[in-house]
Amino acid sequence: MPAVSKGDGMRGLAVFISDIRNCKSKEAEIKRINKELANIRSKFKGDKALDGYSKKKYVCKLLFIFLLGHDIDFGHMEAVNLLSSNRYTEKQIGYLFISVLVNSNSELIRLINNAIKNDLASRNPTFMGLALHCIANVGSREMAEAFAGEIPKILVAGDTMDSVKQSAALCLLRLYRTSPDLVPMGDWTSRVVHLLNDQHLGVVTAATSLITTLAQKNPEEFKTSVSLAVSRLSRIVTSASTDLQDYTYYFVPAPWLSVKLLRLLQCYPPPEDPAVRGRLTECLETILNKAQEPPKSKKVQHSNAKNAVLFEAISLIIHHDSEPNLLVRACNQLGQFLQHRETNLRYLALESMCTLASSEFSHEAVKTHIETVINALKTERDVSVRQRAVDLLYAMCDRSNAQQIVAEMLNYLETADYSIREEIVLKVAILAEKYAVDYTWYVDTILNLIRIAGDYVSEEVWYRVIQIVINRDDVQGYAAKTVFEALQAPACHENLVKVGGYILGEFGNLIAGDPRSSPLIQFNLLHSKFHLCSVPTRALLLSTYIKFVNLFPEIKTTIQDVLRSDSQLKNADVELQQRAVEYLRLSTIASTDILATVLEEMPPFPERESSILAKLKKKKGPGTVTDLEEIKKERSSDMNGSAEPASVNASAVSTPSPSADLLGLGAAPLTNSAPAPSSSGSLLVDVFSDSASAVAPLAPGSDDNFARFVCKNNGVLFENQLLQIGLKSEFRQNLGRMFIFYGNKTSTQFLNFTPTVICSDDLQSSLNLQTKPVDPTVDGGAQVQQVVNIECVSDFMEAPILNIQFRYGGTFQNLSVKLPITLNKFFQPTEMSSQDFFQRWKQLSNPKQEVQNIFKAKHPMDAEITKAKIIGFGSALLEEVDPNPANFVGAGIIHTKTTQIGCLLRLEPNLQAQMYRLTLRTSKEAVSQRLCELLSEQF
Amino acid sequence: MRQQKRKIHFILLFSRQGKLRLQKWYTTLPDKEKKKIVREIVQIILSRNQKTSSFVDWKDLKLVYKRYASLYFCCAIEDQDNELLTLEVVHRYVELLDRYFGNVCELDIIFNFEKAYFILDEFIIGGEVQETSKRSAVKAIEDSDMLQETVEEYMNKPAF
Repeated sequence: MPAVSKGDGMRGLAVFISDIRNCKSKEAEIKRINKELANIRSKFKGDKALDGYSKKKYVCKLLFIFLLGHDIDFGHMEAVNLLSSNRYTEKQIGYLFISVLVNSNSELIRLINNAIKNDLASRNPTFMGLALHCIANVGSREMAEAFAGEIPKILVAGDTMDSVKQSAALCLLRLYRTSPDLVPMGDWTSRVVHLLNDQHLGVVTAATSLITTLAQKNPEEFKTSVSLAVSRLSRIVTSASTDLQDYTYYFVPAPWLSVKLLRLLQCYPPPEDPAVRGRLTECLETILNKAQEPPKSKKVQHSNAKNAVLFEAISLIIHHDSEPNLLVRACNQLGQFLQHRETNLRYLALESMCTLASSEFSHEAVKTHIETVINALKTERDVSVRQRAVDLLYAMCDRSNAQQIVAEMLNYLETADYSIREEIVLKVAILAEKYAVDYTWYVDTILNLIRIAGDYVSEEVWYRVIQIVINRDDVQGYAAKTVFEALQAPACHENLVKVGGYILGEFGNLIAGDPRSSPLIQFNLLHSKFHLCSVPTRALLLSTYIKFVNLFPEIKTTIQDVLRSDSQLKNADVELQQRAVEYLRLSTIASTDILATVLEEMPPFPERESSILAKLKKKKGPGTVTDLEEIKKERSSDMNGSAEPASVNASAVSTPSPSADLLGLGAAPLTNSAPAPSSSGSLLVDVFSDSASAVAPLAPGSDDNFARFVCKNNGVLFENQLLQIGLKSEFRQNLGRMFIFYGNKTSTQFLNFTPTVICSDDLQSSLNLQTKPVDPTVDGGAQVQQVVNIECVSDFMEAPILNIQFRYGGTFQNLSVKLPITLNKFFQPTEMSSQDFFQRWKQLSNPKQEVQNIFKAKHPMDAEITKAKIIGFGSALLEEVDPNPANFVGAGIIHTKTTQIGCLLRLEPNLQAQMYRLTLRTSKEAVSQRLCELLSEQF
Repeated sequence: MRQQKRKIHFILLFSRQGKLRLQKWYTTLPDKEKKKIVREIVQIILSRNQKTSSFVDWKDLKLVYKRYASLYFCCAIEDQDNELLTLEVVHRYVELLDRYFGNVCELDIIFNFEKAYFILDEFIIGGEVQETSKRSAVKAIEDSDMLQETVEEYMNKPAF
């Protein structure tokens, strides 16, 4: 038996482990484990009281079995018993078991907490250490409630042993991370800061972690830590390699502490006190200098520890972003690493340079390494490193090198790993758009993308190229010619057929003069691809054909023949069949004038927020590793927040309101759709009350969607795997009508389908909404429509909530979205001359009438798009009014039932700073405020 | 201000055959989720070739790993955390194990898994490094072995 058992070894355990290792099959292992579990169960249940050693051994066996991946459902009580043993090793095993197999059984938690309390009070440093480790390992809210008050006292008490202080600091940190609300701030905080001066470097290390986390949430309270951290750091970096004895790691003085101090400093801006600031700059320079010195050891540990400090120092330099000299030095240092033989260093240099590229001081210096980075893309053997190289190229891209970088990325895409292709496609698409001076280059790039990696080109990318081509008439002819040529390839990607179909349908006439691309040739080319395409693409092509009927009357009969064929008119797909029938009919009965109107060229797209950028961000978005304790914490605060006093509900019920009409009919469906635990009565009350606890919280992303509707009236408001909600609305003066379309995306019926429009009490008095109920059953694939009649009584701030409840395949669904009925919908544009405008502008000069907002551009600053948005917002766009042609001014009147409010607006873009200043002047402060809020979100 | 939530999320030790030898979680997750994560990560790391870097992006975290003889040591850290220092966290842990067991090998960790956990606890709490001095950390463990038994005592214990 090879068991090497040290300390208080357990022979029985060693034998068991060895048995398990000798099992030849999974079945044999399970059999052996079951035998052992039966044995342990009988020992625990037996009459004879077990001695501490046996208990420890069996608990340890259970732990081993659990760690092998089997479930353990007993033994917790025996483990808790071990906690109160006076033998250290027994206690230790008890704590280990509890830490690994936490059980939320409340009875047990009480016992565990009791044992911990005793150990904390024991004044035995080893016992205290075990108890603190256990709290930190479990880190639950229950433990925070029991100990968050006690641990700070232990931490700052004068007579606490150093090792206990270290454990206490990190234990408190864990509790603060999971339950910050339970950790009381107080006198102890200032004493914790002074632990940075402690003689024991282990204590300083632990305390620095704690302070860093606390300082992020309470920067003012921990401000004094900055100067202490700087002087501590300075003492470390200037010490000789042996000064710090045991804290020197492979000739590097206290690397862990140095990194933690540098991290703490990253919670603050550069120190204001010039002396402190100077000292810090010296430290950073020393660290950069040391990187150039010959290594004191050939061991990789030496270089890792040294460079770990260096990279953290560079992070701080980038964070401060204020010392051009240091930034450039950092960049040069990283440049050396780009060609280092250690893969790890090359990886980190690429990563770190990404952040340097965003500083104006070092952007140019980073750019000088472009060739090396491109080379890395081509030669690195590790996909992680290549990924970093792609990131860095993306970060260093600007107008001067965009063509080169995009070309290299396209080049790389041909051989890139499948795992990163989609991301590269998105990046290329974004760069090509952002830095396109010449849109023919943009079109070429996107078509290349489709050619090289068509499968990875998401819809967002090809939608975008079409939007851009439609919005820029200078590129339309080129785009038509290019897609026509690309479509000549015998095998082209379906995405190319989509783009080609759409563009030729709109602009095919621009190349029809050339006999090589005559109308018939264009049509035949597209139609040759038709049968190889999926249904949505075929549907798109049918629309192209009908557009051709308008563009090229000479091939009308050819197209009609195609539409008339059985494969179209009797197509099994409803959508295709319907299009064929309708288009054929349209082409037969409509006069040329009507055709020309119906099939007119698409108007420019009003908005241009890059959906590609959003997609890239989403790809990089949060993963799934979320701390359960944090979720639990959020939930519990939700619950507290939603408890509303009953009186509020009662009064809400008795108030007749527009939304009461909505619900009056709903007694039956509401009862059905109510989630099991709540009675129908309470649900009704909940729907009326402000807190609306039965109404689902707003769906994620609903704010984004909401903002998109401020400047437009139609589109998709919400979509998930089950349901799509589309909107169409029209407004005139103070009235409006909104059609809501609910589409069932599944093949299963929705039952008890109950959409409800909810207005808060405040909103009810200013906005009158009337809806008709919808059929409670929505068939799979079907769409139902609901009309909302809208009357604006007076100006309002909030938006109504649309709550939808239904049953889908046995599960209750409940979701809410904000309904985009906003004040600006009741705008009537007003044209006026420059003179009139400024006269009224001056009349509204009372400070309360003006609201101004200065904000950073969230979207590319494009004048045409901005104009479209202002018009979409509802006001008139007044040209040649502002003396500065770059500015935009608008005017309009908000109509409500009770009053009319004149509004003037002025938007001043600052291209250099990528900022806007928006000024609203209206006769009513609340209106200025609301309009400014709404419009600021649009740019 | 950039959020600086930098800590180790979990540490896994597994063999070249993919057998998990030690798992330490500093984030609370359901058991099922943990098993899924372990499977995924073991597979990712074992499939990487020898000459590659020690870092892999994984979800919103970063895996930092190193192989010592037959065992892989892997830490999951936040994207912004210090990768090189994490490698040295691993190395320092290996040194601590080595100091305690004397020429530590995979079998030591299998048969004395509880000790491996205790040593880790002395070194790291809640995903943060507590004590970087090798002497202090090892001393703490050895103090706890005060009740060292003799070989006779050990052999006299029941073997079941």
